[in-house]
Amino acid sequence: MTAKIVIGLDGSEAGDRAVAYAKKLSALIGDCELIALYVIEWSPFSFQTAEENAERHKRREAEIAAAQSRVIEPAINALKAEGFAARGLVKHGHVADLLNATALSEGADQIVVARASEGGIASRMFGTSTAHLAMTAEVPVTIVG
Amino acid sequence: MKKVLLTGLALLLTAISAPAFAQDGGIDQAVNNAFAAATGPFVNFIFAPIPGTAFPWIVMWLVIAATVFTLYFGFIQVRGFRHSIQLVKGDYSDPNDAGEVSHFQALATALSGTVGLGNIAGVAVAVGIGGPGATFWMILAGLLGMASKFTECTLGVKYRNEYPDGSVSGGPMYYISKGFKERGLPGGKALALLFSVFCILGALGGGNMFQANQAHAQISGLVGDFPGWITGVVFAVIVFAVIVGGIKSIANVTEKVVPLMAVLYVGAALIILIVNFDKIGWAFGQIFEGAFTGLGVAGGMVGALIQGFKRAAFSNEAGVGSAAIAHSAVRTKEPTTEGLVSLLEPFIDTVVICTMTALVITISGVLVADPATGNYVLNGSSIQTVGDVSGVSLTSAAFAQGLSWFPYVLAVAVILFAFSTMISWSYYGLKAWTYMFGEGKTTELIFKVIFCLFIVIGAAASLGPVIDFSDAAIFAMAVVNITALYFLMPIVRREMNSYFERLKTGEIHRFKS
Repeated sequence: MTAKIVIGLDGSEAGDRAVAYAKKLSALIGDCELIALYVIEWSPFSFQTAEENAERHKRREAEIAAAQSRVIEPAINALKAEGFAARGLVKHGHVADLLNATALSEGADQIVVARASEGGIASRMFGTSTAHLAMTAEVPVTIVG
Repeated sequence: MKKVLLTGLALLLTAISAPAFAQDGGIDQAVNNAFAAATGPFVNFIFAPIPGTAFPWIVMWLVIAATVFTLYFGFIQVRGFRHSIQLVKGDYSDPNDAGEVSHFQALATALSGTVGLGNIAGVAVAVGIGGPGATFWMILAGLLGMASKFTECTLGVKYRNEYPDGSVSGGPMYYISKGFKERGLPGGKALALLFSVFCILGALGGGNMFQANQAHAQISGLVGDFPGWITGVVFAVIVFAVIVGGIKSIANVTEKVVPLMAVLYVGAALIILIVNFDKIGWAFGQIFEGAFTGLGVAGGMVGALIQGFKRAAFSNEAGVGSAAIAHSAVRTKEPTTEGLVSLLEPFIDTVVICTMTALVITISGVLVADPATGNYVLNGSSIQTVGDVSGVSLTSAAFAQGLSWFPYVLAVAVILFAFSTMISWSYYGLKAWTYMFGEGKTTELIFKVIFCLFIVIGAAASLGPVIDFSDAAIFAMAVVNITALYFLMPIVRREMNSYFERLKTGEIHRFKS
């Protein structure tokens, strides 16, 4: 493959828009692999009860399986059916940080995400994931409106 | 087995309720009398003095163990301190393990079970009886206790049970039985069962009744006196909703608010200490002088020492074994890493937070001293205080000298700390219970119902019998746990040496620069 594009998926309509734009780019490039990434928001510095800790590994596996079956597999199957080279990843962590880290580790040329309709006080205070990605990414980023 | 448990529960309910309603003096008095009579012999045994001295053998037991572990592991609390902070920061965490329980989370969970009333009310009890000098012994016990914590938490991870569904169970009952078997030692199973019995008592005592008791003291201090059983029933219903009803939202809110409260508490203490900066030197002078002379407290230097060590152990639970249950859920292939992380627990809990409380109490002037001699004035076996307060009320009065509004914040903090500690200990007790009686919904439900019943007893009984029983139950856990640690510490040393060797060669490496 001459090019790789990392697509940020979140299981919403915004993810579909990102996929649609990445497909367009891939078709223009020709020899291009699409890597769909679904990030489960998680922080190693959050607080949990002892019971939650004891069950954490089980929950993590369940979260990954759910993300694979509900978001990643349908998206990858659809892409492959249309003739695109594609694969999917599910990771835990911070959305913007992981999109950037994955793009770097995969040697991707671009990250494609869609502007989600994140609202509320938190996004006003700390900004959205897409805004954070745009400010910190070390790989070119396209934010689909 | 379930039939036996149900019968036992019915008998327990009868035993609790019959005397309570049969005597005059209200439900609280009846509960208090029945409880004091039932727990007296156990308490007396645990706190029996070494013949010919006034020194309780159990305190000596903890101090000697912490000293032995400190020497045996080559002052691991000093040489491993920096690395333990790197581990908590996640510098050595594999990014592929993201989403699993981090070192920070395991530490925070264990701390939410220990940081709480021990730091607020327990320190007040220590300083109120043993004077400021108790603080010196408390700090020393905290520093030595770091090695005890390292030993038990390393074993907790090494011998935890990992089930096919991915869930984990760990703690002294597992490392005692498995570790003894591995070393070919007899009696592991019996010791593990004995630990489980004491762990259940500890969960019902220090992890439950003491918390309920002090939460009631705080609430009644704010809104006026009212029967303790009412607070007990309210708390019992909320705890029941969380641990039986599975209403996670209550626990989740508490788990997020409690750290904030801890920060607020430390922040307020820091403000008072900064404002009274000129008195800090004097306060440390009182602490050092009192540590070796007692400054007139009951029992003199030994009295201060006993109080300091007792309350440190009650607060940070080093050697007790409870933390090993909480820490064993961490995601790591190296048991030593969690041992290292866990040694921060007594440091944060005792060396930092308890010392701050003790300094604020000393500086505030709520302890009445004779200006002529400089010694503290006694009221019975305790130091006379302004307003004749003790326990959490003493801490509250001390903070109010600097920040008049703080008692309100403290009241909320105490209630939340009490609640989070109860939730943590309900889990520790449950793990011991299921170790004894097996996993199963009915078995678990029986323990949870008993746990909630003891909340009512704890809130209704007076501080004396509750604190005695809570201490006795927690220290009884330490008797069994430390006995086992002596036999298992060579395994920990092998693990530790191997870990540091591989760290040195670069086989274990940082993931973050």
